[in-house]
Amino acid sequence: MLLMIFLLIFMNIGAIIAIETKYLLSSVISIGAVGFGVSIMFLLLGAPDLAITQVVVEILILIILIRGTIRLDNTAIEKYRDTFAMVASLIFFGLFLTFAYVAFKALPEFGHPLMRVSREYLQHGVERTGATNIVMSVVLDYRAYDTLGEATVLFTSIVGAFVVLRSQGRKKVGEEDTTQVGIPGDF
Amino acid sequence: MTEPDEGMTLIVKTIGRLVLNFILLFGIYIILYGHLTPGGGFPGGVIVATGFILLMLSFGRRIALKKFGDLAASLLDNLGALAFLIVAFLGFVGGYFFLNFIDRGTPFDLFSAGTLPLSNIAIGLKVSASLYGVFVALAIFGKAIVGGDRTGKGKAEGEPANSQEQKG
Repeated sequence: MLLMIFLLIFMNIGAIIAIETKYLLSSVISIGAVGFGVSIMFLLLGAPDLAITQVVVEILILIILIRGTIRLDNTAIEKYRDTFAMVASLIFFGLFLTFAYVAFKALPEFGHPLMRVSREYLQHGVERTGATNIVMSVVLDYRAYDTLGEATVLFTSIVGAFVVLRSQGRKKVGEEDTTQVGIPGDF
Repeated sequence: MTEPDEGMTLIVKTIGRLVLNFILLFGIYIILYGHLTPGGGFPGGVIVATGFILLMLSFGRRIALKKFGDLAASLLDNLGALAFLIVAFLGFVGGYFFLNFIDRGTPFDLFSAGTLPLSNIAIGLKVSASLYGVFVALAIFGKAIVGGDRTGKGKAEGEPANSQEQKG
């Protein structure tokens, strides 16, 4: 428990550094530190599936973000503060904390789940699905429809990224540009 | 780095060549044993994608795109999504959507759990191809990935258009 509190403080400090630092690269690295903290947290809470996924995705995102930021020396950020947005977000944060306090009081104690639905899965999961990894039996059998939706979301976002980020269009050989598409000055 | 777009130094290339097979093997292991041990299609697919990204970072984009081009990535992405959907629709053989219609087998066997390994393989294929593809899209196609600063005055516009392609 002490280790988790220490990790929580570490992650909070990392997140604050990621927001407040002037350098994009150190911001990215702080985000990476927060992500690895999350993965250690998952491991301590007994969720190795989530921990593996978190580590792997974190590495990938770090590579992509560092690849994206390392060439841009975008360090000179002007002092710029939107007072209205700040006040609004503070108000919403306060509202969120208030309602979260009310909601969390109704929840069962941390580490003691109600086990209404999951008891069924834990008792009959292996014999009904044959998978010894209970997470997989939930993700791909009991809740496979959710997984299909998640796969669809990933698919759509990747298609969108391909379409938006492609700088050369897929044209036939002789075809010519009829209209200039994209951000002006970028070509 | 004499030529642009030729990847990193000899040290990185040698180590990358050695390590790449193990990364891919580990990713495939995570995908195939997803129903037995922690892991599954998504993390295994991301590991495979990371292996190919290592290939691209260390050897440069020309060699990496020759091994695994962006069209192939897009195709495999679509194929994986389609395969998952087909596995879902094959459940209608026994009655309803996503029915686990294959024999469960004995637990702790590699060939057990009915359709779960098939779904895992489909998701692994899809995730690996799509995340590699999005890396290609972000790192190669994209002109200004993190353009502009907070005030909205585009900072990245000043640099030459092809500066992306100088580092592999």
